[in-house]
Amino acid sequence: MRVLKLIYKNMLRHKLRTTLTVLGIAVAVTSFGLLRTVVTAWYSGVESSAANRLITRHSVSFIFPLPFSYRDRISMIDGVQKVAFANWFGGVYIDKKEFFARLGVDADNYFEVYPELLISPDQLQAFKQDRSGCIIGEQIAQRYNLKVGDIMPVEGDIYPGKWEFTIRGIYKPRDKTTDPSNMLFQWKYIEERLRQEWPERAGYVGWYITEIKDPKNSAAISKKIDELFSNSPAETKTETERAFQQGFMASVSAILTAMNVMSFVIIGIILLVLGNTMIMGTRERTREYAVLKTLGFSKAHLFGLIGGESLSIAMIGAALGLALTFPMIKGFESALPKGWFPIFNLETVTLLLACGSAFLVGLLAAIFPLQRAISTKIVDGLRQIG
Amino acid sequence: MKIPFKYTLRNILTRRLTTALTITGISLVVFVFAAVLMMAYGLQKTLVDTGSDDNVIFLRKAATAEITSIIMQDQFNIIQTLPGIAKDENGKPLISHEAVVIINLPYIQTGGFANLTVRGLAPEGIRLRPHVQLTEGRMFSWGSREIIAGNSIHKRFEGAKLGDKVKFGGDQWTIVGIFDAGGSGFDSELWGDVDQLTQAFSRQGASSSLLARLENTGNFDRFREDFGKDQRLQTLEVKREKKFYEEQSEDMAMFIRILGIAVTLIFSAGAMIGAMITMYAAVSNRTVEIGTLRALGFKRRSVLAAFLVESLSLALVGGSIGLFLASFLRFFRVSMMNFGSFSELAFSFHLSVEIVIGSILFSLIMGIVGGFLPSVRASRLNIVNSLRSS
Repeated sequence: MRVLKLIYKNMLRHKLRTTLTVLGIAVAVTSFGLLRTVVTAWYSGVESSAANRLITRHSVSFIFPLPFSYRDRISMIDGVQKVAFANWFGGVYIDKKEFFARLGVDADNYFEVYPELLISPDQLQAFKQDRSGCIIGEQIAQRYNLKVGDIMPVEGDIYPGKWEFTIRGIYKPRDKTTDPSNMLFQWKYIEERLRQEWPERAGYVGWYITEIKDPKNSAAISKKIDELFSNSPAETKTETERAFQQGFMASVSAILTAMNVMSFVIIGIILLVLGNTMIMGTRERTREYAVLKTLGFSKAHLFGLIGGESLSIAMIGAALGLALTFPMIKGFESALPKGWFPIFNLETVTLLLACGSAFLVGLLAAIFPLQRAISTKIVDGLRQIG
Repeated sequence: MKIPFKYTLRNILTRRLTTALTITGISLVVFVFAAVLMMAYGLQKTLVDTGSDDNVIFLRKAATAEITSIIMQDQFNIIQTLPGIAKDENGKPLISHEAVVIINLPYIQTGGFANLTVRGLAPEGIRLRPHVQLTEGRMFSWGSREIIAGNSIHKRFEGAKLGDKVKFGGDQWTIVGIFDAGGSGFDSELWGDVDQLTQAFSRQGASSSLLARLENTGNFDRFREDFGKDQRLQTLEVKREKKFYEEQSEDMAMFIRILGIAVTLIFSAGAMIGAMITMYAAVSNRTVEIGTLRALGFKRRSVLAAFLVESLSLALVGGSIGLFLASFLRFFRVSMMNFGSFSELAFSFHLSVEIVIGSILFSLIMGIVGGFLPSVRASRLNIVNSLRSS
């Protein structure tokens, strides 16, 4: 108890310095939280992937299409529940800078293999009945102020020409990691137009999504699918949705590495600020520690005194920083150009990591001053001036 | 009267540990600040160097990158006859129809796959890019399934060394040469014969883009105006090659800058607070000294200046250290996906004069902000009271 009171009194001794230190830590914790949130936003694709979904794409790269006929052959494999497909449409809506995913999809099965896209049954029905209908994500509807019945004109690039889609439904994301910014329309619509204008490109889809009964069989089924099409003009590569997304992350690993390095730098800066304060404090109190030692206080007491102060400052700073993180993330999200991160959430892991590192920093910052306080001889300590 | 700089210097040197901690904090922030700017600049520079001022590129209007662009044979035929396009000695227009596709190759180090650009060129395409030089092996022969690989590829990707066979388009393509494109974006590409490539991907009669040279590059604006009026070519647009590649880097460079600067600004606040703590401590430890100085006749203004100079020196030293360390990043080469082209691009960190000036200014601002309040406090001390304090 007495140690606690001493810690408290010591913290208040230099009110300004303690306040500044707490602020410094708070700022660092906030930027740490912000950085980690950006990293988790990148990984949201990986997080949102289901274990029972396989992605089959062209083995060379997924810009090459696969024949539509593969669908029936994949669905005949044992253990396969449903097969859906999608096609990257690209194109330009309003302006080249307005980016969101526009996909031509399998109207029958797509929403069944992606149960996380929540759509009301009558909207889905209306979509299925309208060849040129589309379903857009909640975020897209908000961003462009669109409602059911509106028409979205899209200028095609991969599929040249002008295209118009009527909004038949708006889906809501089920999970926090579900992308709320897709535009989905019927693959058949593209297909019919291609048959007339560009028959040699008709009959292809971008990739297949296979739902399997038991995730444990994913490796075996993936292999079976790829074997089915080996030595054909369009060989496939099948992997779990998670592996597919992770492979994709590898291509931007440089940015992720940079952000990880930055978050270490931040922890380093907190350590410097807190360490500085603790060193100053203990240097000024060298005589007091000598007096305490003379009175018979043990090393454990000193440890409690210095470590306790350091930890308290670190944790108060962390708490303040976390409180600031929430508004900061909101502000950052609205400052970013639209469409960069459809998903931008503060995760619990981020909070825990921030607290954990602040705790660690609190301990580390105490080590050096502590070692100094303990190793100083009583006589030298008493002799010390200011 | 001014307080001598030597006094400041000595003060900095007395409390070595605290000074060192403050300087380290500032140098870390400046390091990150400079590194982020160097990364964005390096990416931009690489892409800007890729394009040449003399060349123009034709693409479909809505296309954001070459892979989403399609130009049909009849459009190509029309463009070949346009006035203003340069011709070679034989009177053939200097124009290369090119096909761009993306293939996946695994990274050697980390696994995972990268999107690599495979470019099919016409013989004119090689002439239009004189900065590209073969360094190993030989040129691919026209009419065969051979390719040459850019400098940045063969070290980074599995199965992309000289003599390796790469499988795509239903065939095996042998890498017969390695070329150096002077650190530009082409270093991250694989090149082959355009006719072979379109055949392999059954895209005969369509190319992704056209690269051409104008008779007189100064006439570009007029050429573009006439081009825009041509009713047969309404779906296409023409750009300077350099401008096109510059645009390809915009998204990514902006992303790195916004993110990096936002984060460095926030944690520079941390370093400023660190400097402030150090300076406040310096003031309170030297109360008697300040009183003495004032009693000796130094003005408040001089005391203020002396402490500000102290804080600025700390910041300058920290900033220089950070910048010095960041300058070593120039020897690092990063390879990652560029959003603009959706394919792999290797680039180096690049330092520019603007970045050096920006970083130093940034550290000085940290010094001023961190040191101002403590200096004001020092200058406001009452002579008698401060002399009396112990």
